[in-house]
Amino acid sequence: MAIAIRAEGLAKSFNGTAAVRDLDLEVQPGELLALLGPSGSGKTTFLRLVAGLESPTAGRILFDNEDATALSVRDRRVGFVFQHYALFRHLNVAENIAYGLRVRPRATRPADAEIRRRVADLLDLVQLAGLGKRFPTQLSGGQRQRVALARALAVEPRVLLLDEPFGALDAKVRRDLRRWLREIHDRTGHTTLFVTHDQEEALELADRVAIFNLGNVEQVGTPDEILDHPATAFVAGFVGEAVRLPVNVASSSLRIGPHQLRISCGKVTGPAELFVRPHDLALATDSQPAILARVLAVRRTGPARRAELALADGLPTVEMELPAGHTARKGDILPVTLVNLRLFASR
Amino acid sequence: MSDAAHNGWALRTTPRRSQWFPKPSALPGFGITFGFAVTYLSLIILIPLAVLVARAGELGLDGIWRVATTPRVLAALQVSFFISAAAALINALFGTIVAWVLVHYDFPGKRLLDAAVDLPFALPTAVAGIALAALYATNGWIGSLFAPWDIKIAFTPLGILVALIFIGLPFVVRTVQPVLQDLDREVEEASATLGATRTQTVVRVVLPALTPALLTGVALAFARAVGEYGSVIFIAGNMPFVSEIAPLLIVTKLEEFDYAGAAAIATVMLGISFVTLLAINALQAFSRRRFGHA
Repeated sequence: MAIAIRAEGLAKSFNGTAAVRDLDLEVQPGELLALLGPSGSGKTTFLRLVAGLESPTAGRILFDNEDATALSVRDRRVGFVFQHYALFRHLNVAENIAYGLRVRPRATRPADAEIRRRVADLLDLVQLAGLGKRFPTQLSGGQRQRVALARALAVEPRVLLLDEPFGALDAKVRRDLRRWLREIHDRTGHTTLFVTHDQEEALELADRVAIFNLGNVEQVGTPDEILDHPATAFVAGFVGEAVRLPVNVASSSLRIGPHQLRISCGKVTGPAELFVRPHDLALATDSQPAILARVLAVRRTGPARRAELALADGLPTVEMELPAGHTARKGDILPVTLVNLRLFASR
Repeated sequence: MSDAAHNGWALRTTPRRSQWFPKPSALPGFGITFGFAVTYLSLIILIPLAVLVARAGELGLDGIWRVATTPRVLAALQVSFFISAAAALINALFGTIVAWVLVHYDFPGKRLLDAAVDLPFALPTAVAGIALAALYATNGWIGSLFAPWDIKIAFTPLGILVALIFIGLPFVVRTVQPVLQDLDREVEEASATLGATRTQTVVRVVLPALTPALLTGVALAFARAVGEYGSVIFIAGNMPFVSEIAPLLIVTKLEEFDYAGAAAIATVMLGISFVTLLAINALQAFSRRRFGHA
């Protein structure tokens, strides 16, 4: 299959500080790829490199297998949506959306009537019909970001690049816009990259997620792959509500603090890190190897009840989902076993 | 006023108390600060100007009219206002370029140049006038460059223009510079990603954002130029009907102890200046709304 965007050995440093280092990434045509990572991990710099707003220190960027590294921003035909909208305040909504068409050279500029029709269509698409005459300052944050998206779509971009598009909005608006962006994407089919530091957003919205760390990509995969099979310790620790426990593996037994668990640990031996999420723990049946854990607190989270457990003194506390109707209370001792092993050898 | 309130779709949240003094905001201290502002403005500006108008009033309306419409006064008013306007417009263009360079580029001596912009503020204007006259005279450093083409600068209206550009420049630079500094880089980047050339970005995005500040700068430069006296009289040549400015005529009248006549010319200048500044203010208010500076 063709590759929409390919980064080869891409690097960018600012005054000697590397923001992106030797990065390789392939984006499939039509996919919605989330770039997820902690702040300073290079995801926004990568997005700006793809857009041509920064030029790389080394490496290449290919669009549809053609080298685009030397292309200027205006020749790349990307739609870029900024976190803080970057709307033109002196133009009304319709003029903002029409901007990309109006600045075209006369030969390729559509006729006025055609521009008006396209603007009206886009206003419909972003559900702002009738607000074309408003100025950006008269709109709410969510509406402004939808105008920004319409403006980016108006130039029929080859790829759509969104830099923390919902970062400046409140939680409720974020959730609505997230679902709405997914619908727009399914309807228009643009290859889309979007930067976020909100993992719930990335995992819910994207076809695939690229996890960024220290200027490079740790793992690219579907949300399921990322969650269920993290490729590195960083991914395992970053995604989901994982607790990191220092462990030791010797002769097919796992040593957690004072506890010894007889379970198969794959290829890992020696000192290692175990990442535990609430769903990785379960009450042990009599035949299973178990750790006796003390209940510190029981909390209600949504429909389920969660117990906060101390496995041993000096270890971080872990959480476990309780089966429905279980009557565990603070101070109880519960036999606990690991149903999922996310184990990485310590570096 | 915010755009929302202006368009009337924001709810009025505070009840109106009286038609004349609606409580303008929840900020306390309105009474005392308003009172202070009015007193202060009265002492510094309104009362002196009222005395000026009263003095001119001794001549009666038709008396003022007679003084103001003598050919020599008319010519001087024309010289003052037209050359001031020309200087303000020239400063608008080149002051913006200077501000642009100071904001966008790094070069050795930048701080020095930045500081030099303010010199016309600080220099006694007579010193500036004498220096400019020496430079732009036909045997001066700059004047001699133009002499071969038979262009005389000093001691002609062109000389007045040079002096007024000199004293007005800082106003434009200092009003435009901070706005340019605060201009969102992302807006320019957005324009570029949408396919605009650099020129298109500057003309369609940057300049509209600058317009209100630019108008302020132009208004200040114009007002300063109209009232300028010290630097102009040294370089103007002061030929009646050609290069004589209205402020000089006022001084001449004062020297002849014709105080009412001086006040009459001053009142006419005041009137024209006030109307012009009001017009620029209105334009500014319009552009603020138009260009989205709520």
